[in-house]
Amino acid sequence: MAAAGGGRPVRPVAVVSFAQSKMMRREELRNDVEVLQPVIVDVFEKIGLSKDDMGFVCSGSCDYLVGAPFSFVQALDAVGAWPPMRESHVEMDGAFALYEAWTQLQEDDIDTALVFSFGRSSISELGRVLTLQLDPYYMAPLWPDPVALAALQARALIDAGTYGEADFAEVAARSRRDARNNPNAQVTGDKTAQELLGDDYVVAPLRRHALPPITDGATAIILAAGDRARDLCERPAWITGMDHRIETHALGARDLTISPTTRRAAVGAGLLPGGGEGSGTGGVSDDGVSVDVAELHAPFAPQELILRDALGLGDAVVVNPSGGALAANGVMVAGLVRIGEAASRIMDATAQTALAHATSGPCLQQNLVCALAAEPAGGRR
Amino acid sequence: MYGGVSEPVTMLATPIRIEYEFTAGLAQSRYLKGIAEGRFLGQRCPKCEKVYVPPRGSCPTDGVPTTDEVVLGNNGIVTTYCVVNVPFQGQSIEIPYICAQILLDGANIAFMGLIQEIPTAEIRMGMRVEAVWVDKKELGPTMASVKYFRPSGEPDAAYETFSEYL
Repeated sequence: MAAAGGGRPVRPVAVVSFAQSKMMRREELRNDVEVLQPVIVDVFEKIGLSKDDMGFVCSGSCDYLVGAPFSFVQALDAVGAWPPMRESHVEMDGAFALYEAWTQLQEDDIDTALVFSFGRSSISELGRVLTLQLDPYYMAPLWPDPVALAALQARALIDAGTYGEADFAEVAARSRRDARNNPNAQVTGDKTAQELLGDDYVVAPLRRHALPPITDGATAIILAAGDRARDLCERPAWITGMDHRIETHALGARDLTISPTTRRAAVGAGLLPGGGEGSGTGGVSDDGVSVDVAELHAPFAPQELILRDALGLGDAVVVNPSGGALAANGVMVAGLVRIGEAASRIMDATAQTALAHATSGPCLQQNLVCALAAEPAGGRR
Repeated sequence: MYGGVSEPVTMLATPIRIEYEFTAGLAQSRYLKGIAEGRFLGQRCPKCEKVYVPPRGSCPTDGVPTTDEVVLGNNGIVTTYCVVNVPFQGQSIEIPYICAQILLDGANIAFMGLIQEIPTAEIRMGMRVEAVWVDKKELGPTMASVKYFRPSGEPDAAYETFSEYL
């Protein structure tokens, strides 16, 4: 039996339904609640349940993105909050809300949970909004936007001799090609990496293709435990472990070329043997994660390479068949979508095992790893 | 003295400004376009059949889309009120004035409105009021199109008819 971060046995909990809006550059007419509403309807319709069947509801969103205080309360209009229900919210990507719901489900007194997240990145200056998550005394007043910070990270990779611009372009080219099969993707294409290298720099060494799009969208997932999951879904995507870890706020104190917290989260999720704290700085490590599919939340192309190395993913692992965050990067949404996409590969029987990763903060500061499988940890029970 | 610092830094100013483009949304856009035509438009929940105004496109009780549009009356009931006697910055109305919750005929939720053309001492729960609009040529998709509400002269509503909306 796999162990959770704290070494406890894991109650079998599975993703049984996943829905998302079509991700787009700009929702012209619909507000956040109206973007979310059909997604909530969809996620319930897929398994024939309603909000009255939910033991817990948890959402992820950001008031700075919406530009309104307590915007998550208004978002409950899309769910319906009567009679009173157990409800919570994180000011983070929905993947972290899913972690809270999964934790609640471990307590055995509820069997179902709805998790959702929403965000329209188009209505403000996203770069400035994301700058506000930085240290408010020394860093944020300088207004380094996320593209500039990701460029520093990319430059560090180049300086370390680990990867170069051609590698970044390969990631982008593959993501865009794969995204052609994703009806909800925003950025698709079949240009080769060589062709993409003709793009202009946005912030050197990042060219246009190494950046995520600005995305409006919403997504929702329903979790169910034990027999309830089997009743609701032919092939539930069982969560066999999940963990998330955070690195220091001080960017200058981090080695931006590696992601030790992703590594540790993978250990906590039971995907890697415990003990080691280090992370490989290149190539495939001997004890890499072995799964059929990995959905990595890498908003910038170089970050996928860092994550692959941290997890030790071999060439046999299919990475981001959805196109990943380079194809659609709804802020607060893209992490939960990674869990939904990874779970979908198990539900549609194209994979037996999967890994989903979500990040938050600048330069992969916070990392969540969710292990999924066609069978619950410890087999059927 | 520590490196020339004798006083601790206790405060620093870091100005922040972010601009947003507000999206009213489909439901509230319909409502505001109705206001520009001098009428109140609500939406009915297909499940509990409650009519919301202004509509938000969704029933907050049932969590289902409210697609059925309802034209509401120009008159309503003062469910509760407050007489404002306190001056504050940016106040545009002469004090004392009455701020009331108004339940429009046909609606299942009250909204806030200004009551004028009545001495403040005469306001009461259950009073029937009517909307007073700006001149037709000045109507626009803004709540400024409704100047205020005033007594309609109809008999007061019985408490039981609005007690659910307090």
